[in-house]
Amino acid sequence: MDKSKKYSFKKILIYLVCVVLLIASVMPFWILFVNGTRSTEQIQQGFSLIPSRFLNYNYKVLVGRGFNIFNGFKNSFIIALSTTILSLYFSALTAYGLVIYDFKLKNVVFALVAFILMVPGQISMIGFYQLVLRAGLTDSYIPLIFPAIAAPATVFFIRQYLIGSFPKELVQAARIDGASELGIFHKIALPILKPALATMGIFTFVTSWNNFLMPLMLISEEKKFTLPMLVQMLRTDIYRTEYGGIYLGITMTIVPLLIVYLILSRYIIAGVALGSIKE
Amino acid sequence: MKKKNKLVNYDKYGYLFVAPFIIAFLVFQLYPIIYTFELSFTDLSGWETKLNFIGFKNYINILNNEFFTKAFINTWIIWIINFIPQISLALLLASWFTNNRLKIKAQGLFKVAFYMPNIITAASVALLFYSLFSYPLGPINQLLINFGILQEPYDFFRSKLATRLIVAFIQFWMWYGNTFIILSAGILGINPNLYEAAMVDGATDRQMFWKITLPLLRPIMIYVLVTSLIGGMQMFDIPYLITNGKGNPDYAVDTMTMFIYKQAFLGSRNYYIAATASVLLLIIILIFSVIIFKSLGEKKEKRVGVR
Repeated sequence: MDKSKKYSFKKILIYLVCVVLLIASVMPFWILFVNGTRSTEQIQQGFSLIPSRFLNYNYKVLVGRGFNIFNGFKNSFIIALSTTILSLYFSALTAYGLVIYDFKLKNVVFALVAFILMVPGQISMIGFYQLVLRAGLTDSYIPLIFPAIAAPATVFFIRQYLIGSFPKELVQAARIDGASELGIFHKIALPILKPALATMGIFTFVTSWNNFLMPLMLISEEKKFTLPMLVQMLRTDIYRTEYGGIYLGITMTIVPLLIVYLILSRYIIAGVALGSIKE
Repeated sequence: MKKKNKLVNYDKYGYLFVAPFIIAFLVFQLYPIIYTFELSFTDLSGWETKLNFIGFKNYINILNNEFFTKAFINTWIIWIINFIPQISLALLLASWFTNNRLKIKAQGLFKVAFYMPNIITAASVALLFYSLFSYPLGPINQLLINFGILQEPYDFFRSKLATRLIVAFIQFWMWYGNTFIILSAGILGINPNLYEAAMVDGATDRQMFWKITLPLLRPIMIYVLVTSLIGGMQMFDIPYLITNGKGNPDYAVDTMTMFIYKQAFLGSRNYYIAATASVLLLIIILIFSVIIFKSLGEKKEKRVGVR
């Protein structure tokens, strides 16, 4: 009796903490959305959690000052999508090569993959920039997209998946039927890998979509700015006194991602948990 | 005989399959790292293209560079005041959510909410918090005045302490959900028989946490610690955007990556200083990762029970 009472008290406390954290997660975004619909005067007069009716006005202010969000969407989307496709395809290819074939340098390649996992990306950014500069590829998306071909974490994840759920006998059987090696990869391995590719695809896409430092370094032509770079522009003097517009601008950069997250949250959270266990 | 020949032939395909990865790795990762090393021994700056080698001079100079030392200290301060509460809260939540006696409901909803800040563009989050804490009429100031906590608006971004705390809080807020999910998965991977046996023996929740969960969670804790450290040492988006690239007040949130970026891409474009700082950043990260592995990971066999 005493014990169960203690438990129910503890449970109330736990739910209380969880609800507070839930509010802490949601509230900043709610304030953001609401302020995006309020006029600058209203925002300065006081705090409110109820949307107002200046959404249209704020939008016109943003557009009037050259905030081209749809161009930013387009640019970020092109980069994130290409990055994701390249990364998934070549990571699957690499993982398949490591699992199916017993070539001499296999362990060397695998050790290499494990090693790159440990080396943080920021370390090489100066050398990378100089390389891009000398190749005349600044203001091009190529250096933002093609490095995705070597994505060690994705290779690692897909390799684990292949080991766990790909019967090697399928390869032998297909060879007897006269299939080519690449044909076997395309027609048999890729379809089986779909769930693993979907999980890694979400993370690759989001990481690329959110990337700020690399495009900031490499892109200077405003037409080619990605979404996070547009966010930075909201911080400049052009928008200084337009609080409603700034809030709306931030809102617009967040909403697509938020919608995708709410639809895919179950897979994303499962993916986070999986990624760590597989290390 | 024929069959054996065939097998050998097939295995050579392996090289073909891993070739694109290797080539991309060599061009986009290894070469830039080596190049960065090389640049750290030159005096390359501005739009110059010729490399003059000057030995270890850059390394001696950078240790006397006040801004680098500041950036180094700031990065550590911000990481530590974010990580300690982050891992504590994540552990607490994970132990609650996985406790069979408590049977917490609506776990899915809470997880979705706790993880949400992690997925949102850091640049947008930085600007959002900048607006929330803005002076004099930002929502936080308005609320604090409404509740009578403040008499007049407070300019958070003129205080070193407040700015650091805000940056650390954002990092904490964005990452505790991620850490919590990873730790939960780790706890669920521990053999449930251990808990059942302990419960039969009348162990309390607290005893089970300290005697079973924590020791068996060690590999996952090391993983979390190392990945968070590597991420934390590279912190850029939040402090950069919240201070408009300046790291002010008094360079209080100027991080190592911000230092590297500003040296290379602003003013006289001192690539040599940026490259030297990059190499030092790599060395720092490697040293601390090794220390963490050595000091926490010595009992390798402890992995039993974790799938």
